[in-house]
Amino acid sequence: MMRITDIFRFVRNAAGGYRVRTALMLLAMAIGVASVVILTSLGEGARVYVNNEFASLGTNLLIVLPGRNETSGGPPMMVTGTSRDITTGDAMALLRHSSVRRVAPLTVGVAPVSWGGRTRECTIGGSTPDMLSIRNWKLAQGGFPAPDDPDRASPVAVIGAKIRRELFGSHSAVGEWLKIGDRRFRVTGILASEGRSMGFDVEELVLVPVASAQALFNTPSLFRVMVEAKSRDVIERARADVVSTFKLRHQGEEDVTVITQDAVLATFDKILRALTFTVGGIAAISLGVAGILIMNVMLVAVSQRTSEIGLLKALGASRRRILALFLTEAAMLSCVGGLLGLMLGYAGNQAVIWLYPAFPVTAPWWAVAAALGIALSAGLIFGAMPAWRAAKLDPVMALARR
Amino acid sequence: MIRLDSVSRVFQVGDQEVPALDSVNLAVGRGEYVSIMGPSGSGKSTLLNIIGLLDRPSSGRYFLEDRDITALTDEEEAETRRNRIGFVFQFFHLVPRMTAAQNVELPMMLGGVPPKIRAERVAAALDAMGLSDRADHRPGQLSGGQRQRVAIARATIMQPAVLLADEPTGNLDRASGAEVVHVIERLVDRGITLVVVTHDPELGGRARRRIRMVDGRVVEDSASNTASYSPTGP
Ligand SMILES: Nc1ncnc2c1ncn2[C@@H]1O[C@H](COP(=O)(O)OP(=O)(O)O)[C@@H](O)[C@H]1O
Ligand SMILES: [Mg+2]
Repeated sequence: MMRITDIFRFVRNAAGGYRVRTALMLLAMAIGVASVVILTSLGEGARVYVNNEFASLGTNLLIVLPGRNETSGGPPMMVTGTSRDITTGDAMALLRHSSVRRVAPLTVGVAPVSWGGRTRECTIGGSTPDMLSIRNWKLAQGGFPAPDDPDRASPVAVIGAKIRRELFGSHSAVGEWLKIGDRRFRVTGILASEGRSMGFDVEELVLVPVASAQALFNTPSLFRVMVEAKSRDVIERARADVVSTFKLRHQGEEDVTVITQDAVLATFDKILRALTFTVGGIAAISLGVAGILIMNVMLVAVSQRTSEIGLLKALGASRRRILALFLTEAAMLSCVGGLLGLMLGYAGNQAVIWLYPAFPVTAPWWAVAAALGIALSAGLIFGAMPAWRAAKLDPVMALARR
Repeated sequence: MIRLDSVSRVFQVGDQEVPALDSVNLAVGRGEYVSIMGPSGSGKSTLLNIIGLLDRPSSGRYFLEDRDITALTDEEEAETRRNRIGFVFQFFHLVPRMTAAQNVELPMMLGGVPPKIRAERVAAALDAMGLSDRADHRPGQLSGGQRQRVAIARATIMQPAVLLADEPTGNLDRASGAEVVHVIERLVDRGITLVVVTHDPELGGRARRRIRMVDGRVVEDSASNTASYSPTGP
């Protein structure tokens, strides 16, 4: 019986004897594996990215919006127009549930903001100080001294860093009075820039008390209500509590939509995972192509080495031995090609990280394992036919060809 | 040692049958030195290939060391080739990417002989062929005579009972041919059974037993008309 180390030595020697052919096979395998690694990394990166975005929304978050989300009949995702407005009173009524920790009403509008002759259009958010805690927004400077009673207006405003820069320049902003629409507000704080999160760019936001915003835009209704559940476990209970409260307060109409962060997140997660699998699958096709190339190249190898195969038989190699030698050669080449592909793939990932530092690129372990597994099996499957052909060669005929 | 009972070999070419061997009966004893001569196409190589287990008879029976070869599995056949038979070819058939030493080592590698023993035996075999200083040369860097001596070292490294040579000097000049003949005959002196196919009357004439083939038949056998024949030589 031939020794394992001798098998490897023989195969390495054979592969080294035909440089171009070997290099070609390694290249095909490496490209296949590298594309699987890079594409699944990008897909996985997108998933992690979205996950992070949602996490920045705040934890255990429920969002209440007016109108019922019709899921059956009528145009899909249509919000019915007959719903009642949500009021600050509705929002604050939610606080009496034990499943709810914090509630923040939200009114949104756009208005010109000016100071010292400079004016720009800004998104104005009206809410309570709890908004900062619910959405993980930090203040870089000052505070947000809105009244505890959400129905009382107060001329205080917290502004985003970009607005501060554009309106005040090098001038200090806190304590200054600016104009929003035709009303005057005193700047009491600056939002920290790192709290960039879904839906809002906090660098360009102006936050005022909710009653002040309602007065400014002349509306009693709310755009959204942000609800923070006590814990992850009571999110479903909180949702039921929210729905029942609104039903009670809106004469039995169930006319609000409650979105939980978990549900949205799960949907995105599913979509992006499917996307990753898809691009990974497409890349895996290139591994199949590499396999076919391996078959071609191995077939050429068998005919190039016909007389050598005849000789090996004359020297006492059985059919099984020849088969094993050629299969080992195909497997070894695809393994080495696969490892080269891994290196190439990780290098590619590093390049992406270098270009887009904010994008979280990581190769998922299952993709790496699958890529190597497919590479090895492609080598074996597509190496089998040439190896079998070699094993079956008639030694007399093989030796007759020089 | 070798016994063929009315062995025939027919090749199928298209829908035509080409008889290469026609009911050959032959017995070769241990340690004999036999030459096979005859015109081209008379079936000499086919006979040698059947004796060396590279080919199988279409009909008839072949016994090697009293074993019926036709009953062996592929694995047993390969093992027999490896351990009992050595082959020398007209065109040497060395693996071009391997050194002389690696070529000689090849049968032992296929047989799973431990590397330490291999190295010793390769060195001894190359030394016996006068090729110690060529161990690390590749076939392309060797002369024809040197290549054939490497091939002989490889054919005999497993200490086979039978050495089969098909036109071993057919591709060599006179001087290298003579060297190769000298090397082969030294093996006969040490008791190997040698069957050599040749066109060269001088080489053929040196054998103690001379067989002549025509059209797939043995037409002349010096053993059957020489009374002084003995299987172990004179
Ligand atoms: N593989 C083969 N297929 C068909 N015919 C063959 C084959 N091998 C040998 N022959 C035929 O068998 C006969 C004997 O060939 P061979 O043994 O090579 O003769 P020799 O070695 O004496 O020159 C020839 O007629 C040859 O054409
Ligand atoms: Mg011949």
